[in-house]
Amino acid sequence: MDIVQELLKGSSLALARAITAIENEYDEAFSMMEKLYPHTGRAHVIGMTGPPGAGKSTLTDKLAKQFRLQGKTVGIVAVDPTSPFSGGAILGDRIRMNELTLDPGVFIRSMGTRGSLGGLALKTSDVVKIMDAAGKDIIFIETVGVGQSEVDIMKTADTTVVVLVPGLGDDIQAIKAGILEIGDIFAINKADRDGVERLNSELNMMFDLNQNEVDWRPPVQQTIASDGTGIDELMTKIEEHIGYLNQSNELVIRRKQRTRNEFLALLEEQISRRVLEKITVSGELDSLVTSLEQRKQDPYTIVFGLLNQYLR
Amino acid sequence: MEKRIRVLIAKPGLDGHDRGAKVIARALRDAGFEVIYTGLRQTPELITVTALQEDVNVIGLSILSGSHNTIFPKVLRLMKEKDMSNVLLIAGGVIPDSDIPALKAAGVAEIFTPGTPTASIVDFIKANVK
Repeated sequence: MDIVQELLKGSSLALARAITAIENEYDEAFSMMEKLYPHTGRAHVIGMTGPPGAGKSTLTDKLAKQFRLQGKTVGIVAVDPTSPFSGGAILGDRIRMNELTLDPGVFIRSMGTRGSLGGLALKTSDVVKIMDAAGKDIIFIETVGVGQSEVDIMKTADTTVVVLVPGLGDDIQAIKAGILEIGDIFAINKADRDGVERLNSELNMMFDLNQNEVDWRPPVQQTIASDGTGIDELMTKIEEHIGYLNQSNELVIRRKQRTRNEFLALLEEQISRRVLEKITVSGELDSLVTSLEQRKQDPYTIVFGLLNQYLR
Repeated sequence: MEKRIRVLIAKPGLDGHDRGAKVIARALRDAGFEVIYTGLRQTPELITVTALQEDVNVIGLSILSGSHNTIFPKVLRLMKEKDMSNVLLIAGGVIPDSDIPALKAAGVAEIFTPGTPTASIVDFIKANVK
């Protein structure tokens, strides 16, 4: 099967295989990405992040259905943490999105974080590109915002929705700072619980303090994803953000920044991988580490020496 | 880059006893697999579409309700229609020994009855994934 041809024609099987190819870095994956790249840049990417159990998957399910009613096709990338010990993962976000599975206009793919050294955001971005090339109008990226790489994933999004729940104790403090800064829209889910007003005030106080030269003040929407409360309003806010991005040229600016960052991240990753390969294969790495332990050499001297040797 | 084995664990039909499926899911995760767990009340169509989108290497169905002779043929037929012949189909749950030969002949790769050590399932998957 010519994966690229079939994918561009709309084959789900080809789309699934293409994602696997880039995840596992099969040899043909890179020429595949080369052929798909010109077909990317169309989809609007929406990031859904927040603490575990906030209701991201349920919200994504509801929002996806709204977009489907508008006749848009949807891709969903659901990222779940890989165990750093076993390398395995339980990817369970799909449970909340059962009905969408049978909708031919929706494609859902679960990804583990696979312990990739900083490469996770790159991989996720590649999967988004593949779904984009396959013609999906809207692509959701859903991930738990706990580590730096999960925060980085959100940079792949055009619109980032941060999903919070009230009553998590010291609400704002409990949430990773990076996530709060990249949120374009905040959803207070499970809004039938205690603590909604307090969380709402805390968020708004934070935005008050943060009014730099920013034209977009993140709106806060209360939702109860399980019964659909607030979903229409959340959709409206997402559409308003999409409108704002287009009208203000902000979309162009953000995407340019993203293209630049992704390129640099890929360059950095590949360079370090090449050098690492050279010193691991030859066994040099072990003797270098021993030399460091014995204080025979310092890390900077070794690193610069390696760069001179391998990167001339 | 290391290829990860991806396994779909699902419970078809109306069988609500999911403890076994969850135990297996955890054991497979601890063995380094990526487990897509879709929970209860899965139809053969849901199962095969999910398996296709997730490009899994293995579909593991847990059935304790006695409906295995109805469910498996449907799943196998859909897998064939969707061009998923390279996917391993395995089963667990309450399946009488007398039904096992027919199921295997139809295409179920292996059936793990109650009491099977999870390590056997892991080993089987590693040995038989294409």
